[in-house]
Amino acid sequence: MSDFWKRRLTSWDTIILAITVVVLVIASVTVDNFGTSRNFTFMVLDLLPIILIALPMTMIIVTGEIDLSVASTLGLTSSIMGWLWNQGLSIESIIPLCILVGAICGVLNGFLITGLGLPSLAVTIGTLALFRGLAFVVLGDGAVADFPFNYTGWVTGTIGGGAVPNVLILIVALALVFGIVQHATPFGRSLYAIGANAQAAHFSGIRVARTKFWLYVVSGAIAGLVGVLWTLRYSSARADNGAGLELAVVAAVLLGGVSIFGGKGSLPGVLAGVVLLTALQNALRLEDVSGQALNIVTGSLLVLSVLLPNITTAVRGNWQRRKLRQASTAR
Amino acid sequence: MLRSPRTLLSVGSAALLVAGLAACGGGTTKDSASTSGGGAPAAASADPNAPLKDGLKIAFLPKQLNNPYSDVEVGGGKVAVGELKGEYKLVGPNDASASSQVSYINTLIQQQQNVIVVAANDPNAVCPSLNQARAAKIKVISFDSDASKDCRDAFINQATTEGIGQSLAKMALDQAGSNGGEIAVLSATPNATNQNSWIAVMKTELAKPEYAKLKLVKVAYGNDDDQKSFQEAQGLLQSYPNLKVIVSPTTVGIAAASRYISSSSYKGKVAVTGLGLPNQMREYIKNGTVTKFALWNPADIGYLAAFAGAAMASGQISGAEGEKFKAGKLGEYTIGKDGEIVLGPPTEFTKANIDQFDF
Repeated sequence: MSDFWKRRLTSWDTIILAITVVVLVIASVTVDNFGTSRNFTFMVLDLLPIILIALPMTMIIVTGEIDLSVASTLGLTSSIMGWLWNQGLSIESIIPLCILVGAICGVLNGFLITGLGLPSLAVTIGTLALFRGLAFVVLGDGAVADFPFNYTGWVTGTIGGGAVPNVLILIVALALVFGIVQHATPFGRSLYAIGANAQAAHFSGIRVARTKFWLYVVSGAIAGLVGVLWTLRYSSARADNGAGLELAVVAAVLLGGVSIFGGKGSLPGVLAGVVLLTALQNALRLEDVSGQALNIVTGSLLVLSVLLPNITTAVRGNWQRRKLRQASTAR
Repeated sequence: MLRSPRTLLSVGSAALLVAGLAACGGGTTKDSASTSGGGAPAAASADPNAPLKDGLKIAFLPKQLNNPYSDVEVGGGKVAVGELKGEYKLVGPNDASASSQVSYINTLIQQQQNVIVVAANDPNAVCPSLNQARAAKIKVISFDSDASKDCRDAFINQATTEGIGQSLAKMALDQAGSNGGEIAVLSATPNATNQNSWIAVMKTELAKPEYAKLKLVKVAYGNDDDQKSFQEAQGLLQSYPNLKVIVSPTTVGIAAASRYISSSSYKGKVAVTGLGLPNQMREYIKNGTVTKFALWNPADIGYLAAFAGAAMASGQISGAEGEKFKAGKLGEYTIGKDGEIVLGPPTEFTKANIDQFDF
């Protein structure tokens, strides 16, 4: 087998994709009611918020930063959506306004991180609390629930009553856009350069600060969109919507093989990671595994996902060194 | 960065687009929207003489697990399912949130249960999935905390909402002393259907002339979390040092408030009352922190819910007003308005009778 194929096949992305496919196949065969179209719809709805937020999150983590405020942006957007609805605005106006709110949250993050140069972990933990607090200020403890049926029905429904959920179109479209930008444009290549060595990237003409700024704006806007979709899916606008979601997203991104230190990772791996996590949770729940046991499984997967790529890199490094030594002694 | 004309152009056009869409107006607004949809399948005709089916899969989904009150309730349900020779299942979130319940409802639909017995954390958020369950021919019985009435087939109410609210107001009046004073409520989660309906009745009662001496200063929310309820009780006494009574219509809240008061300087000066489990409250009644509180037997609610679900799944009842069914050892029950089935009047517990109960 040529070196190229050996490298491809042992890369984490391929491994994760293979594991995902294996899990899906085994679950469809052994777990009752897993492989049905209704369950497929449930799974897609469950992974909708995670996969959409993971798209910009992958880019952010590849550049070596992080955005932990996404779930709070979701909550703030949901609150504002509920508040605006109660004020009598039409839903057609509310949806773009809410995405704009998300983008503004991203602007704040971007300014603090790139304008003032503050560390992203600290800033986004701060804005996590700030946005969630603002969400409670806007809507308080209550909930708004009377959203129009044609919108809530669209989010939870399928095309023509068949097997393909409506939101799947949105997921596929956005995943394609982000995938192409990340893997087939100079902008995408610059992300890896920034993640590998931000200073070197800056010296080679990449506008590091501007790139990161716009990444945060996009992350905020997507979080805003997910806030709208979440609110419509549960037909419930609440200030505490999505609490804790950021951890699930980061877990899925890391499981997909993106290095937390930046510079490495691919979107297909992340997509496989999200599907794997959701499918596993869905299948285990159908088998009546308790919530606590589910947490143990998810946590162990995450630890493995961080451990294994490091081990495979070390093994590969060893193997390459041995080959070099053999090559030099063979002369 | 904004100096570049290209960036300015893109930001400007995005802003215009949003403003344009927003100014469009004339879209679907709150007043014009129709929120009902995919709702109740038409009530099937009921045959009271239909035999009760065996092997029915009855699943319980309380507000949350790890809650002593829910544990007693579903315990009663388990006994009933045993008597019905059905299959019992218990699932639930660890936090009392509505969106977690939705995932469990979806799982139960997939597992093709016959009956789902649910205590809703939010009456509306669970509606779309409950209606999906009903479309999949699963009977939905709500108990303890109701869901919106167009997404469930029947509701087991522990006592009439009026009765519970009036009982709470009366106990507060009795324990506030001859001069009355300030009282506060320590509730569960802000959206909980049951607590909110009881508090609403309480407020109506408090507006009556015989309650003129009492002033309700605050409704605090402990989210049915022991630690948060404890902190909220502390907060209440700090903000309102002249408080006379804390009324807590949730067993987690009353236990936490009693724990706080009995170990503080307010013991004996501030009364704690509300809805509590006898086993949890026994030590506080005996040490004088609490003089009177009320409840019903939660196990009976679960028991009644299981029988109601089985009767509906067997076609004996359809949830319409006036239908009757037999609920095992509890006897015969009649369905009231809007599919509500009332268990019975609440019981008051005092030092004198607390040792007679074990739950």
